[in-house]
This record gives sequence, C-alpha cells and structure tokens, in this order.
Amino acid sequence: MERALGALKQGAKDFGLPRIIILAFFFILLLAAALVGMDIPWLISDVLLRWGMWGILVLAMVPSIRSGIGPNFGVAIGIAGGLLGALVSIELRYFGFLGTLDPDGITFGLVSISLAVLLALAFSSLLGILYGLLLNRVKGNEMIVSTYVGFSFVALFNILWLLLPFRSSTSIWPIAGQGLRTTINLVDDFGRVLNNLFRVEIGNFIIPTSLLLTVLLFCFVIWVFNKSRYGMVMTAAGSNPEYAKARGINVNRARIVGTTISTALAGVGIVMFSQGLGFLQLYNAPMWMGFSSVAAVLIGGATVKRAAIFNVLLGTLLFQGILTVALPVANELVPEGNLSEILRLIISNGIILYALSKARGGSK
Amino acid sequence: MGTNLGKFLFKNNVAILFLLLSVGAFAAANVSLPFLFEELFTRFSRNTFMVLSLLIPVVAGLGLNFAIVIGAIAAQIAIFLTVLWGGAGFVGVLMAVGMAVPMAILFGFLVGKLFNSMKGTEMIGGMVAGFFSDGLYQFLFLFVLGGIIPIANDQLMISTGIGVLNAIVLENSIHHGLDNVAMIHILDFAFFASLALSAIMLIVRGVKKQPLNLKQPAKVVLPLAVLYALGFIPAVGRFLSADRLMLFYAVMIALAIVVLYSLYHIIRRKESEKPTRFILYIVGAAVVFGLTYIPELERSLMVVRLPVLTYIVIISLCLGIKWFMNTKLGQNMRTVGQDRAVAASSGINVNRIRIIAMIMSTSLASIGQIISLQNIGTMATYGSHQQVALFSIAALLVGGASVQRATVKQALLGVFLFHTLFILSANAGQSLLGNAQIGEYFRVFVAYAVIAVALAMHAWVRKSNKQVITQIDPRVAATAASAESK
Repeated sequence: MERALGALKQGAKDFGLPRIIILAFFFILLLAAALVGMDIPWLISDVLLRWGMWGILVLAMVPSIRSGIGPNFGVAIGIAGGLLGALVSIELRYFGFLGTLDPDGITFGLVSISLAVLLALAFSSLLGILYGLLLNRVKGNEMIVSTYVGFSFVALFNILWLLLPFRSSTSIWPIAGQGLRTTINLVDDFGRVLNNLFRVEIGNFIIPTSLLLTVLLFCFVIWVFNKSRYGMVMTAAGSNPEYAKARGINVNRARIVGTTISTALAGVGIVMFSQGLGFLQLYNAPMWMGFSSVAAVLIGGATVKRAAIFNVLLGTLLFQGILTVALPVANELVPEGNLSEILRLIISNGIILYALSKARGGSK
Repeated sequence: MGTNLGKFLFKNNVAILFLLLSVGAFAAANVSLPFLFEELFTRFSRNTFMVLSLLIPVVAGLGLNFAIVIGAIAAQIAIFLTVLWGGAGFVGVLMAVGMAVPMAILFGFLVGKLFNSMKGTEMIGGMVAGFFSDGLYQFLFLFVLGGIIPIANDQLMISTGIGVLNAIVLENSIHHGLDNVAMIHILDFAFFASLALSAIMLIVRGVKKQPLNLKQPAKVVLPLAVLYALGFIPAVGRFLSADRLMLFYAVMIALAIVVLYSLYHIIRRKESEKPTRFILYIVGAAVVFGLTYIPELERSLMVVRLPVLTYIVIISLCLGIKWFMNTKLGQNMRTVGQDRAVAASSGINVNRIRIIAMIMSTSLASIGQIISLQNIGTMATYGSHQQVALFSIAALLVGGASVQRATVKQALLGVFLFHTLFILSANAGQSLLGNAQIGEYFRVFVAYAVIAVALAMHAWVRKSNKQVITQIDPRVAATAASAESK
C-alpha cells in the first residue's frame, strides 16, 4: 500500500506541478464552458483542429532540444521558408503547373499540398543548415540568439514580401500590382484540404481525420529517427557533448542535423497550420509562433534538455486546448477585452520561465 | 599613428557603420537639417534616460536587461494613479516618480531573485519575464481595474466601466510636467538647496569639532550665488524665465565651459605636464564655433529648443552613473560582472549584488518611462511599454556597447545614431525604393538585427576566449588577493 502511494507520489512528481495545474485549469475551463451552456462537442472539435494545426510546429522542438541547442525559439526562420514554399506553390498553380486537374477534386488538393510541403521542406532545410552553422558558433547562448535571429528574419521577410516578384492574383495586392497581401486565401489551393478529407462528423462533433493522421505520421517519422542509429548519436551529442566528443561523435554535425530537421519541420508546420486555417498569414504573423511552440512542448513535460514525442502531443493538446476553450468562455463572462490573448501571454511565458529556472537552478 | 587609427576604427566599427548609414539615409531622405535636428533632440530627451538604465546590469554581468519593460510597467501604473488622483504639472511628475520607484524596487527585487536561479540565461529569461509581466499588466488594466476594483472616471475607463482606455491623454495632467519648469526656478532651487546643505555640513563639522574647511562648500555656493544674482538683471531674468533653451545657446554655453575649463587647467598645471590636450580642446571648441556660421547648421541650432530640466536630469544621471562606478558598491558590481567565482571568493555576496543591480536598473527604467511619457503627452496603455527594451537595447548596441561592456558615452552616441536612422528610414525608403513601408520595415529589421548580431558576436567571442586562459581585470585580481591575505 505504502509502496503504491510512493509510486503515485513519484508519478505526480515526474508529471510535474505545472502540468497538474494546467490540466486542472483545462478541465475547470471545460466545466465552465458547460455551465455557461457552450456547445461542448463543437468546442472539442475546435480543440482537435487546433491540435492538428499546431502539431508539427511543436514537433519541431524535439530535434532541436535533443540535439542540444535547446528549444528552437527561432522557428520563424523555418516558417519563413515554409511560407516561401507555399507562395511558390500558389505561383506554380497560377501558371498552370497542375495542368488539367479538376480544381474541385481531391487529387488537385493533395497534389497542391504535397507540392507546398516539398517546396517548404526544400527552402527551410536550406535555411536550417545556415542557421545550424550560426548556432554552432554561439553555444550556450542559443536561446536568446535564436530569438533575435528569428525576429530579424520576420522583419527581413516583411521587406521581401513587398519586393519579391510574385505575380499570382491570389497573392498580390490587386490595385498596387506589387507586394504580397497580409492574408492570402487558400481556397483555390490547399486550404482546408486535409481538414475535409475523410472528415468524421457526428452532429456537431467533427474530427479532421487526415490532418491528425498527417501529424501522427510526422511524429512517427521523427520517433523512428530518434530510435535510429544516427538519432541515438544526435541525442548523445545533445545530452552530454563532452562525453560524446570523447566517444568520437561529431557534435557540431549532430547539432546542425538537429537544427536543420527542426527548421524543416517548422516549414512543413506552417503549411499545415495555414491549410487548417484556410489562409496564409504573412508579415508579423509568425513573430510569436516560436514562443507558443516552445511553451507547448514545455507544458507537455519537456525540459530545455529533454523532449519526446509524447511531450509534443500532450503539450499541444493542453496549451491549444486552454486557449481555444478560454476564448468563448471569457467572452461569455466578460465581453470586453481579449482574455484569451492575455492567457496566452501569461501561460506561455510563465511555463518558459519555470523551465529556465529549473534548468540551471542556483548554479554558481 | 597608423595602427592607432586602425585600432580606433576597429573598436568603433559598429558606430562608424551606423554613422555612414545615417549619412547615406540623410542624403537619400530629402529632408531638411532643421527637421532632423528637431526630431532628433526630441527623441533624445525622451529615450536617453531609459537607455542609461541598461548600463548597470551590463557592468554587473547580467547582460542586456530585457526586463526594463517591467520598470516601464511600474511607471505606467503610477501614471494611471497620478491621473486618477488629479496630479498635474511638476508635482504630478514627482507624484508619479514617488509611486513608480517603490513598485519598481519591488519588481526589480523579484526579477533579481528570478535571475539568480537562471544564471547564464538571464537575457532570454529577462525577455520572457517582460512578456509575462505584460500579460499580468494587461490583466490588471483590462479586468481588475473597474471589474474588481471599482473606478468611477469616464476619462480613464472604457464606457462599460470595466477596463482602462486604450490611450490616456496626459494633457491636463503631467504633460510636459518636467519639461516646463522655468530655468529661474531651477536656479533658485539649486541656490537655496546648496546654501542649506552647506549650512548643515558646516554645523555638523562645528559640532564634531572638525576643521570647517570653508573652501569646499564655497566652490559650489559661490558660482550659484553669482548666477542667482545675475538673475536680478532684467534682461538675464527674462532669459531665465523661459523653460526651454535654444540649442544654439546651449552649444555656446558648452563651448564657453570647455574653454574656461581648459584655460584653468593650462594655468594651474604642474611644470611636468604638457598642456597639449587642453590646447586641443580649445582648438576643437573654436572649430565648432566656426561651424555654427554655416547657415543651414545655424538655422538648425536655432530651431531646437531643449527642455532644460529634462536635460539636467539626464546629464545628472550620466554623472551619477560615472560616480557610482567608483564607489565600493560599483566596484563590487564590476568584480561580480568580471567573474562570479572570484567575486565570491573575495567575500562579495554575489546574489545580493546582482539583485541590487536589477533593482537600480528597474527603478531607473521606471523614471525613464515617466520622462518619456510626460514629453509625449499620451500614454498608450497597452503599447507604450512593449517596445521599450527592443529600441533601448538596439540604441545602446549601435553606440558600440556589447553584452559585457557599456559606457555612458556609448549610450549617448547610440541614441543619436539609432534615432537618426529611425527618423530618416521611412523617407529614405520612399525616395530610394518608392515605398515608405519598406523604410518602416527596414528600421524594425535594423533594431532586431543589431541585437541579433551583437548577441551572436558576444557568444562567438566568449566561446573562442574559453580556450585561452581567462584574463582577469587587474582590479579584480587585486581585490581577490587582498581578500586572500585577510
């Protein structure tokens, strides 16, 4: 009996106080939603959709943490590459690359999103390699450097979005004839394709099956990679660089691989996010996505040195779940102001602070 | 000489790059010099105090204090209360400072505590702590005020009564509360304060039976007394009754002070010393005086009117920081900043020093935000504080500072260069690329990129230094040695 209690205590300790608080908060919010008469199945469907939209962006944290660069605050770099990929795919469709495919058919949608994903992978992998080279030169300060490199990229791409020679009428401002729109409607491309494919509808309860399957597929690929020989090498390099070096592992190379995979995932992640939303958001929209992704994986139980797929799935569900449920509940209780946005600020930054203070607690 | 020049260029590479960028932007922007000067000095009086508040944490080894946002938040809570309770003018500013500083001390203490548990990652921690506090602040202003604490004031609150308005107009409150204090009042205050202080000092010395040493207070009181007496001449009195000083006069006064100071040193110098340096100062002053005859420059100097008290406050802070660095506490801070282990072994309470540094920085930042907002005249309740850290830190770095070294001089230079570029970039973007928006994005990019590059360079240098034997400042070594000999 005592042993069982001890195990339970240990289990709770492993699970972590912040997670218990957040889980409790999530359920209280759901309860509150039910009490104010919200449509619970509809709310849960929304949570599932957001889970799918954010899944891969948060997954991008796993390779970066495992390879030793810590949570990737600079996912904005990968996001920039992903947006570029999506834009090029729109451009290709506009100039007839997809040929005679029926624009309303499933094949068109799948080809369109596959094209976007592949282009995103290409652009963000390239950026990821460069970014990895930089991060190898700033060991120990990766988090603050990557945050500001990420911000700089957002600002730099703000200029590029105005200057790049895109032509598609979907993408550019109609009157000026130059410069990309702030939000681009993806209805003619891959918008909501995966949300709708094999969608399960039970009354108001909707499961975006293909989207969730895609996220799980990427999770599985990363899981397999983590278990692979090189995945093990990378984890060893990340968790104890000195020891790994002594064993003859090329630590710098492992870090570059981790950073590149992370950045590439961020590129795919933004394509998935945009297809879920139905819109491409440019300019300052990706600014805070890094913080939300970092916060989600930390809420899921990762630390700045340790992360697994489970942390991604749990963390994204809890974090996005709270934000999704809080919005309508808050609007019901206090119509003024954006409580959901404030919650995002407090929860995401609170959990990051908690993780940072635990990482090197009281070191001299 | 050649290598000296090379060294100078290398040491100031960032500042020189920005000087060139600013000159280029000015050439492209097609704006007049008087316009640039007016904008620049307004921004200088608004932002310099905040940038100076960054210096102490750098010295204490905490890096760039991204958490000054929290100081700004304290200031904005205080300003809200000042407006609510009807504080106005100079008294209103004092009220705001009086409320903001205690709050900032508390917040600084908490952030310092937090930083002690995340040594090595203070910068990212500070930034995240800033966002976290912003969340709490927004919660306070949108829901608690009016929602839980009833506040009946339709000038401040949203029409439903819950939550504070987006913008608080300070027009009938503390707008220009600091800027609009007339010179004659400052002079009166300075004269009587110096008189009173000297009297107290002499009485204390008399009671303690120490030598009175009249010369020392006289050095301060006599010049002030002369100025005070001059104030009774009608023409001078009229001049002093203004609250703004034309930049042209400010330059003339500064030149006169430089010349008098140099002459004093040339006359009083010891035989062994060469007067070269002071002669150069005088020549420099003469050159500057000559430059003021360029019509365009003269007009620019005539256009700018400096708020006197605000500038006195900024200059006092510059001198105050320089003085502080030479006190015992300042030296200890420097030691902690150089090497925590050495500091600890020489008996310094490292954690305490770091908390003090954060308290000082946060308090100064709160005053800086009040100075800025009393000049602007409107407080964007949910926006004024958000970019404070970004732009202040970028300005400091543009002046040539780094994560481990920052001086008053670099802060001042940085504010000038950064804001010149800031003012010009929209116009330059318009005329170079036909799109003002690009210029706007460019300056934001510059702010972020400057910080990114500076942080990367810092980490880069630190990494390559690790292989070399760690160099220790001789002063630190001396402190450590003296501690061991005890």
